Parts: sequence; structure tokens; C-alpha cells
Amino acid sequence: MSDIHALSGAYTVDALDEGQRAEFERHLAGCAECRAEVASFRETTALLAETSAETPPASLRDSVLAGISQVRPLPPVTPEPSTEEKVAPVAPLRRRRLPQILVAAAAVVLLAVGVLAWHPWRNDTTTVADQILNAPDAVRTVEQLPGNAGELTLVRSPSLGKAVMIGNDVRSPGSDKTYQLWYVQPGAGPVSAGLMPDASEPTVLSGDLATAQAAAVSVEPETGSETPTHVVAEFPLKPGSGGNGGT
Amino acid sequence: MSHLRPVPSDPPSEEGGTTAARLADLLKRSARGDEAAFAELYDATSARAFGLAVRVLRDRAQAEEVTQESYLDCWRHAARFDAARGSALSWLLTIVHRKAVDRIRSAEAATRRDTAYGQHHQEVAHDETAEAATSSIEATRVRTALRDLTTKQREAVELAFFGGYTHTEVATMLDLPVGTAKTRIRDGLIRLRDALGVGEVAQT
Repeated sequence: MSDIHALSGAYTVDALDEGQRAEFERHLAGCAECRAEVASFRETTALLAETSAETPPASLRDSVLAGISQVRPLPPVTPEPSTEEKVAPVAPLRRRRLPQILVAAAAVVLLAVGVLAWHPWRNDTTTVADQILNAPDAVRTVEQLPGNAGELTLVRSPSLGKAVMIGNDVRSPGSDKTYQLWYVQPGAGPVSAGLMPDASEPTVLSGDLATAQAAAVSVEPETGSETPTHVVAEFPLKPGSGGNGGT
Repeated sequence: MSHLRPVPSDPPSEEGGTTAARLADLLKRSARGDEAAFAELYDATSARAFGLAVRVLRDRAQAEEVTQESYLDCWRHAARFDAARGSALSWLLTIVHRKAVDRIRSAEAATRRDTAYGQHHQEVAHDETAEAATSSIEATRVRTALRDLTTKQREAVELAFFGGYTHTEVATMLDLPVGTAKTRIRDGLIRLRDALGVGEVAQT
């Protein structure tokens, strides 16, 4: 048994640091034996929790149930034949249209909740994104994508000088394509703010929010582009010129 | 790709094997937006989720936050739960544990804990008293299994799982080579798994 297999226990109890965790997860994707072992260990540690059971305060129940009433469960992942662990979390377009207000409310709650891991096998916690989403001065703007391809929410915190983009039910940009983020800077035009390969994950925009006139999202070849090819959403950042779903 | 068969997470104890199926069903209904089902799921699992968060974080306020975040996460991602890969309870508790540990590893907590080994070491010993507070048949069974580990295995598993320490930290705390610490954690889990009768999970 090679060294990496022996990390299954430490992985299960979250005792690996970030780098090791990522490394082991790559290993897991291709090692059925380790996946089985981790699964059986998870059942075991779930039983360990039995020894520390403690009834939470009733207020927590109220908060949880109030919280879920405003959050729409995500649709199931449609499995891709080739990859098991890395199924692109993009939703097929079967969303019912909710009243706009409800969508906005759900978005706000979702964002307030913070960065949510897709499943316990992956860790997507992004501290910076969390900070922005939870910032007291966070401003949210929602834009619908053309062709009913979902919606994007930009959350920006002037005090932190940063913004984060998150998609809701955003359709895959297509194979070999990615969403790319942009800041429109005075004098310089659109400047790349990074790629957003997974629109369902909050993605922090790189660059200077303070000077930007707008943020934009485009569809680009997988490796990104120098200038936007096909802009699908634009978020004006000047005061008073907000998008359709601003706070 | 290989497939895991459902794991019989509930041992043949007072509630029998039906609890796992019921929780899985509640989670599936939750995925369809059934809030009553989710409330029922919460009621059936919240003591374990919250208790685990308290045990790891040792801070009730933070444990409440983590528990709430975990349930919202659980609700939002319920459709991703796959009963073929494990029980609903382990799915939920994995989220809780991961979130609790991630919080511990935040810079602030790290600073606080850097200087707290002596104190913490003592608390680990105290845990046995705390554990005595819960007394379901199941908890008794688990405690027995824990007691049947070698002391070294138990220390390693408890520091990692309940203490939220990395296996490297566990190695330092127990004066072990890193390789030995990770082996002890794994060996401890294997022994617990077998003692608790958690089904061997089938593979391809």
C-alpha cells in the first residue's frame, strides 16, 4: 500500500492541511479502494458523534427553518459520463420562474449564508469571498443571463475594496469554454478580473473595484482572453446606475 | 466508475435499520423543497450535529453558527446526496465537521490554540466526563468501542476527530513521527469500524 492510501483516515477526520487534502482528493478520484474506505470511515465517525450529542437551543431550530424557507434547493447534478467527482455543477435549465422578489430574497439569504461546499468531499471555503458576502456594506446586484441561461449576482463591499460573483442555475458556457470576469477601468477598458470556471462557486474578482466603472462577465475559450469576446452580463458600478436586482 | 452500495449506518440497536432509510427519505424530500421533511430531519439529527460542533469548537456560539450553516448547506445541496455513497447522517455530519474544523483553522483560532496545548491536553482527558452526559444505547456502544482501542489509537483518533488537529499536529502532540500518527488514526478508525459493525463498503 503506497503512502497516500494511508492518508484515508486523516482525510476522513479532516486532519489534512489544505494541500494534502487537495492531493488526497485527486487520488480519491482514481482510487476505488480509498473511496470505499473513506465511505466506511465516514459512517464510523458519524457514530462517534453519538457520544457528544447535545440538544441545541430552540432558537437554532427557528433560525434554520426560517433560513431554508427562503433558500431554493439546488437541482441535482446531471452526471457526466467521464468524471465522477468533478461533475460540473451547472444546472440544466428547468428552473421555475419565481417571482423576482423571491429570487432576490433567496439570493440575499444564500449569500448571507456564505460559501457553501458542494458536498463534503470538496472544500470550497474561500475566506475572502466569505468576508465580502458577510460585509456590513455588501451591495448586491443581480443580472439575468440572455437566453434564460441563469442569473449572476455580484456582491461588492466598498470597505473591503473587493467583489465576488456567484451564479444561480447558470448554464455551462459550453465545452472548452469558461466564464471570465472583467472590470471596466477608466481609460483602460475591460481588464480581466479572472476566470470563473465554476459559476456556482463564489469567485472573487481580482483588480481594483474602487476605480472600476463596471464589472462584466463574458464567455471565453477555456484559457481566457485578453479582451472580452462575448459579454453576457454587465454590472454598472457607478452609484445610482445599479442593475435590475440591486439591494 | 465503481459504485458504493448503501452502507447500513444504523446498527441493529433500538431503532433498527430503518432510521437510515427514513433520514435518507427525508433528505430526498427536502431536495424537492419539502420544508416539513427538513424540519423532521433537523429534529432527528440536530443533537448530533450541534453536539459534534460543540465538541470540536468548544464554543457554543460558534457551534450554533456552524450548525446553522451546515443545515442550510444541507438543504441547498440535498439533491446531491447519494444514498449509494453513504448515509444521510454521515453526509450531514461530514459537512458539520468540515465546517467546524475549517473554522478552527482560521488564523485567529490558530493563534489562540498555539499556546493552548497544555490546557487542551487536560481538556481531552476531561472529555470522558462530558461524554458520560449522553447515554443512549448507541452512545454506550460507541464508547465501549472507543475504550477497546489501544490508548495510542484512541488518543490519535480523538485529537484528530474531536480535537480538530491535523495529523501533523497530532504527531507533535504525541511525540510521534508524522507517518506513525496517520497510521494510528487510520488503524483506530478501522478498528472502530469493525467493532461497530459498519458494513464493509463494497467496491467494483
